[in-house]
Amino acid sequence: MSLSNYLLHLADNALILGHRNSEWCGHGPVLEQDIAITNISLDLIGQSRYLYQYAASITGHGASEDSLAYLRDARSYLNLLMLELPKRDWGFTILRQYLFSEFQLLQYEALQRSADVQLAGIAEKALKETSYHRRWSSEWVIRLGDGTDESHERMQDSLVRIWPYTGELFMPAIFEQEMVATGIGVDPSSFKEEWMSKTKAVFEEATLMVPEEGWSQKGGKEGRHTEHLGYILAEMQFLQRTYPGQEW
Amino acid sequence: MICERDILKLLDSVKDPELPVLSILDLGIVRSVERISMENGEGRWRIVVTPTYSGCPAMDMISMQIRMAMYAAGMTDFEIVTRLSPAWTTDWMTESGKAKLKAYGIAPPHRTGDQTPVECPHCGSTHTQCLSEFGSTACKALYRCEDCREPFDHFKCH
Repeated sequence: MSLSNYLLHLADNALILGHRNSEWCGHGPVLEQDIAITNISLDLIGQSRYLYQYAASITGHGASEDSLAYLRDARSYLNLLMLELPKRDWGFTILRQYLFSEFQLLQYEALQRSADVQLAGIAEKALKETSYHRRWSSEWVIRLGDGTDESHERMQDSLVRIWPYTGELFMPAIFEQEMVATGIGVDPSSFKEEWMSKTKAVFEEATLMVPEEGWSQKGGKEGRHTEHLGYILAEMQFLQRTYPGQEW
Repeated sequence: MICERDILKLLDSVKDPELPVLSILDLGIVRSVERISMENGEGRWRIVVTPTYSGCPAMDMISMQIRMAMYAAGMTDFEIVTRLSPAWTTDWMTESGKAKLKAYGIAPPHRTGDQTPVECPHCGSTHTQCLSEFGSTACKALYRCEDCREPFDHFKCH
């Protein structure tokens, strides 16, 4: 149970952010960056597929990667709240991608040494892609933060908006604690300091002020979400809900 | 008697749908081909493949093409297994694969860790610039040659 929740949490993170980023497809500020963000979406959705496939294999009862993605309601989704927030402008999208890539990088690095061989294999594979995401998004954070007055202002505003959602990244859920005990999972609080110092260095270069650590939003890992997740699922699950079992 | 070499030869006819000059052997995604015996005493071929990028849409198609190539050769006793670890690296691409890429107009990947500049596949200049880390497919970046001014794809070192 804990392992499947742990896998679902990792998978939901990747799927929901992948879906959010895919909303830029055809709407990116320039062609190259439209392609970049949708490539990142593909990587994330690909990672979520491996995790869902593995979760389905231990869940049984006819579960599949599709049923896990398309037939669970918001309350069963275990993703971080930060990832379901609307994409807003390009600055906000980039900033969220950067904050999450930096986190995912540390998480996958540690998961490569998981006692679970299959999870370690997925992490090893995903890590290489994530390092591209981190590099690309950090360069954009710097470019926009240390850019024009308007781009700086928008980035600073985005940082203030998203900051209360960053605390949740490092609050271990019950399934995470249980997976740490078995050597399968990793404790996200163990790399909070490293994440803080890495992001701080990028924000300094981007001339952005890091907000004070304060009250944090939480609940995503327990299935308590913002209203935004419902809208994502309504769009993403429409076809399978309306025409069960339909294939392209 | 069909041997491993015959299967490999068949697999060499399967091309990457997005880079039709490269076979899946050139790409280095076929990790092993072996004859395994099952509990009922019969044998079957096990073809182990590894994906390039997690989200590469070509992977499903490649599996289907392997299936088609095997069926076309009259073989039905096989299974295709996906293995993630060790993770695929462009260091597994064959030298002939790299040469084919270059002839096709795509700058091939360096060995990982090799920091020499990317060479323009058109004029050979190393005076090149990365325009975007993400190109038309997950495995490529977009470059421009500062000498002949032609844009080109670079197969990213991964």
